[in-house]
Amino acid sequence: MTMLGDRERLSYIASQAADARLNVELETEGMTLNIGPQHPATHGTLRIICRLDGEQVVWAEPSAGYMHRGYEKLTEVRTFPQVTSLVNRIDWLGSFANEVPFILAAEKLMDVVAPPRAQHIRTILFELSRIANVSLFLGDLGVQLGAITPVFMAFRDREYVLNLIEGATGGRFHPNFDRIGGLKDDLPKGWIDETRSVMKKLRTFCDEMEDLLFGNEIFQSRTRGIGVIPKDVALQYGLSGPNLRASGVDYDLRRDQKIDMAWDKVDFKVWTHPDGDSFARCWIRLQETREATLIVEKLLDTLPAGPVMAKVPRIIKVPEGEAWVSTENPLGEMGYYVVSKGDLGPFRVKIRSASFNNISIVPWLLRGVYVPDVITILASLYFILGDIDR
Amino acid sequence: MAELPGDTLRERAVDQLRAELGDALIDSLVKPGDDVWVRVRADAWREAGVALRDVVGLDYFCFLSAIDWMPSPYGRGEDDPTQPQAERDMTIKQGYTGGETRFQLFARACSTTLHFGVTIKADIGDDMTMPTWIPCYAGANWHEREAHEMFGINFAGHPDLRNMYLPTGFEGHPMRKDFPLLARMVKPWPGIVDVEPLPGEPADDAASDGEGGES
Repeated sequence: MTMLGDRERLSYIASQAADARLNVELETEGMTLNIGPQHPATHGTLRIICRLDGEQVVWAEPSAGYMHRGYEKLTEVRTFPQVTSLVNRIDWLGSFANEVPFILAAEKLMDVVAPPRAQHIRTILFELSRIANVSLFLGDLGVQLGAITPVFMAFRDREYVLNLIEGATGGRFHPNFDRIGGLKDDLPKGWIDETRSVMKKLRTFCDEMEDLLFGNEIFQSRTRGIGVIPKDVALQYGLSGPNLRASGVDYDLRRDQKIDMAWDKVDFKVWTHPDGDSFARCWIRLQETREATLIVEKLLDTLPAGPVMAKVPRIIKVPEGEAWVSTENPLGEMGYYVVSKGDLGPFRVKIRSASFNNISIVPWLLRGVYVPDVITILASLYFILGDIDR
Repeated sequence: MAELPGDTLRERAVDQLRAELGDALIDSLVKPGDDVWVRVRADAWREAGVALRDVVGLDYFCFLSAIDWMPSPYGRGEDDPTQPQAERDMTIKQGYTGGETRFQLFARACSTTLHFGVTIKADIGDDMTMPTWIPCYAGANWHEREAHEMFGINFAGHPDLRNMYLPTGFEGHPMRKDFPLLARMVKPWPGIVDVEPLPGEPADDAASDGEGGES
């Protein structure tokens, strides 16, 4: 960071000095601009403090913490089954995906493996929450860049997915459906056929988005080459998910780790993009949404029969030990480091959320960009406030 | 598609670290098919980070945080606030790879090409100061700020240890175990006691476990 940062700063100072030599009377005064915490162009309450010189950002610092709920502390006073209702609310657009790594970590400590059918349904619901999450991003992206139409299409089609999640779990936003050892319930009757037809609709939505938004010349000129993150910087900051893959790193935890989920049962493509700019990040998310619909269909084809719950004791005591499990959530790598002391509840849970790392690059990334691009870059990094603050 | 991680990779990583750090690597644990833990001396924390990045080849920074190993004097908030506080076993017992101090720093870095990660720990001495990891993993910046305000750990060389979440001037470090969770102090959580076996089910150890009987 320091090397690249210094180089940028030096070139900035050099350009300023050159400008000053040319045109002394045009020197501008510095100005501090607060973007947020209540601003229509930011999701939630992230506040960005920018120091401007004319139209250019000299220095920027995100100020998180307006929604800090202290989940790491709260988990220490909960029992293991109670924790899922907390972690549901970390990334509230893809709630089900938050439960899975925690449950898997607890299962790893208890040496319990969920039955194959439960693993399949978990993976299906996981991918559905990815679709629900990212389709909102695709709609919101248009709004942040000044296009209104995509948001209506996104909310229309996201509704189908939320209905599916509600049909299976009973909750639209916070399913709390995952249990240690399996799932609360099996899928309801008719759900599979319904899902197949919705997945077709969602693919049409992705095609529409690709034509309407990604093919749009204004969209391209606003995002191409804006906010470029080189591969090594992305890795150093621990960027994950689509933000990392947009910088050309072929790393996807669905494929690259051994985990008790059903992703290894299907073939799917991990999309990467070499550019690392805002366009690449948005484009990757669009492709991943389409890929997720295909994964869901393939998983429905191979859904095994059997129980959805392994045999676990009624009172869940997790043996002493430490476990780390992370999964490829809609926003990136989400993981839990669970320390148990053989108690009813965890001793310490470290929640590694994707947006925290993804946003920590903002001070580096915003240096030297123009004010309208700040919004583009923040939109393309795609964060959820609950996922930063936890 | 690259090869999925194997224990040979993890064992190799431990060997590489040992060769690099010598006796500063105190302990290590490879759980077959799961993960690898190493513990290093506090003064070798920075060198260990550089070795992880450059020698072992873990290019991707995952997280950095701390653990307070002291059991909470307040338990899980299941006590009745009107009753005198229950006696609890307050012996400090560290987890994998052991330890000597109440606070431990732990971090994780992964490889995006070899597809495995290493969890690294270090004891934090009484001065509560550790070297910063920013020169080897730039992403450690915010994680160290979080650990600073939540556990009161200082990071020597960190440029900006302002609070992220807490108001400026907040007293105490909320993630320390002796920092009480006030909501639980005022009103105990009812969820722990109402576990009863269903009719017809064998009453296993539910009764004794259900009534908040824990150390």
